[in-house]
Amino acid sequence: MTDHLPEEVVRLENVSVHYRKPGSRIRTFKEYAIRTLQRRLQFKEFHALQDVNLTIQRGEIFGIIGNNGAGKSTLLKVISRVLVPTQGRVWIKGVVTPLLELGAGFHPELTGRENVFLNGSILGHSLRDIEDHMEEIIRFSGLREFIDSPVRTYSSGMYARLGFATATTWEPDILLLDEVLSVGDEAFRAKCEKRMKGFRNGSTTSILVSHSMESVIALCSRVAWFDKGEIRAIGPAKEVVAQYRKAQPGEKENAVHKNKPA
Amino acid sequence: MLWAREARPQHPTSPFFLKLDLLAHKSLVKTLKVFFADQGFTKAQETFRVSVYGREKLENEMSISKDAIYDSAKRGPVALEELRGVFQYRGLILQLIRKDVVARYKRSVLGVAWTMLHPLGMMIILSLVFSTLYHRQGDYPAYILSGLIAWSFFSQTTNGMISQIVWGGALMRKIYVPHTSFAVASVGTGMVNLALSFVPLFLIVLLVGIPIRWSILFLPVSMLLLAAFALGVGLIISTVSIYFPDVSEMYSLVLIGWMYMTPIIYPETLIPESYRYWFFRLNPMYYYLKIFRAPVYDGMLPEMDILLPAVLISILALTVGWLFFSKKSDDFAYHL
Repeated sequence: MTDHLPEEVVRLENVSVHYRKPGSRIRTFKEYAIRTLQRRLQFKEFHALQDVNLTIQRGEIFGIIGNNGAGKSTLLKVISRVLVPTQGRVWIKGVVTPLLELGAGFHPELTGRENVFLNGSILGHSLRDIEDHMEEIIRFSGLREFIDSPVRTYSSGMYARLGFATATTWEPDILLLDEVLSVGDEAFRAKCEKRMKGFRNGSTTSILVSHSMESVIALCSRVAWFDKGEIRAIGPAKEVVAQYRKAQPGEKENAVHKNKPA
Repeated sequence: MLWAREARPQHPTSPFFLKLDLLAHKSLVKTLKVFFADQGFTKAQETFRVSVYGREKLENEMSISKDAIYDSAKRGPVALEELRGVFQYRGLILQLIRKDVVARYKRSVLGVAWTMLHPLGMMIILSLVFSTLYHRQGDYPAYILSGLIAWSFFSQTTNGMISQIVWGGALMRKIYVPHTSFAVASVGTGMVNLALSFVPLFLIVLLVGIPIRWSILFLPVSMLLLAAFALGVGLIISTVSIYFPDVSEMYSLVLIGWMYMTPIIYPETLIPESYRYWFFRLNPMYYYLKIFRAPVYDGMLPEMDILLPAVLISILALTVGWLFFSKKSDDFAYHL
């Protein structure tokens, strides 16, 4: 529980995101011209999110679960301003920091240090600010010996460590994690989880997409279960995860087993 | 070897100068390596920025406010938002430029010196080939190079923007950054490269015996005008290429044709006089070529009937490009 009064930091009102189906996307001028002439310029639409209403309070660790293609990543994109929703309203207070997946925003030929500068400025920090935090980033990532080698020589775990360290050193207002904690070794994962739990008492809100129900239950205060772009259930982590597991065909027994000890 | 026989009597000192040239390059490589070493470049940026903005003001502006509110229902015009974003994320633009300039040559021994060696080599090849064709006088290399660096800047930055939008696209699917920052960064990279290629240009100009006059101080203006034009054109091309990837292939063909329509390697008198005027005047690159060539090769400021259209085309291209890009900008993440 947080000490201060609940304060909304994310509010989604009737948010819908419609994609054009990839198959019907027009790729060449010729096709475009032909279709225009035939007046067949309609597209099949794919509803990645449909009428989503959601509020998240300051300090929460909010989990998002659901099967593949349920719209979890699309939701994160809407919150991080990457996608402007087709309909509805997105209201966000504070700085949103998505933890970038492996390699996005890293340039392989640049050194770890140079990449921290690049990545930090992608997150909107000033050069001076990055310099001031460099020491802490190096310490947290545990990459001191490698920080001046090109990151193409890094392993994927090292990539992830540097990425996580850069993203979380600034205590973002809202941290977005899309399946990123699944890489890296146990020790580093524990370190990440510790840091996230540390945020819980502070002012950082974390939004976490994961397929690992264990880490969702362990970390999150509330969870939303997405199914075909809509919210199926929302509430305390254990309850929603239990509902989700029941709905999985063939996993019913598993779910019962796993829930009993918990 | 026709060229060698014809040209040699005119340049008895050439081999000596070539040696000097090599020496100059070696020391230049050294200086540049120091300059672009990790701390050097960062420090230089920092000093520049602090001297321009003042430290406190800089810190206030750069830290994105903790209580910033984003409301998708209350957004201003995208074109203005992009403009503000570019200013807010100027740190990112500097880092992107640095990435492009440094990373490109990271594995090569000569490093950034390639930026200068490339136009130089190109010029040597072209003057070898075409001096036989057009029987030009001794200052032909300077004639080519002064046009060539302007053309390379234009073709490289506009092409670069297309690939930048692809590299940046991977990023733009995951995190919000002003979409125009990648395009602005490619123009920035181009300007760094262009500024570096002035070094071989001045060397060649001196070598062929053209005096360097005060008019070269006009070059920064020429650079800015061409940069604005390139940014405008690049924004349009890269927007279209997001929807139709074939456009980037088409564009590289267009560039080849365009280059031969612009008097870069041939004298203007090559085009028959009856339609020479309109042939050149209808080509926007002609004006930019002239404002680059006049201060260096002719040693005088560009004439008004060249400069004025150049300014107008720059403003027009940049405005149209920026508005067009911004109009489509929200839609990008759905297509990248």
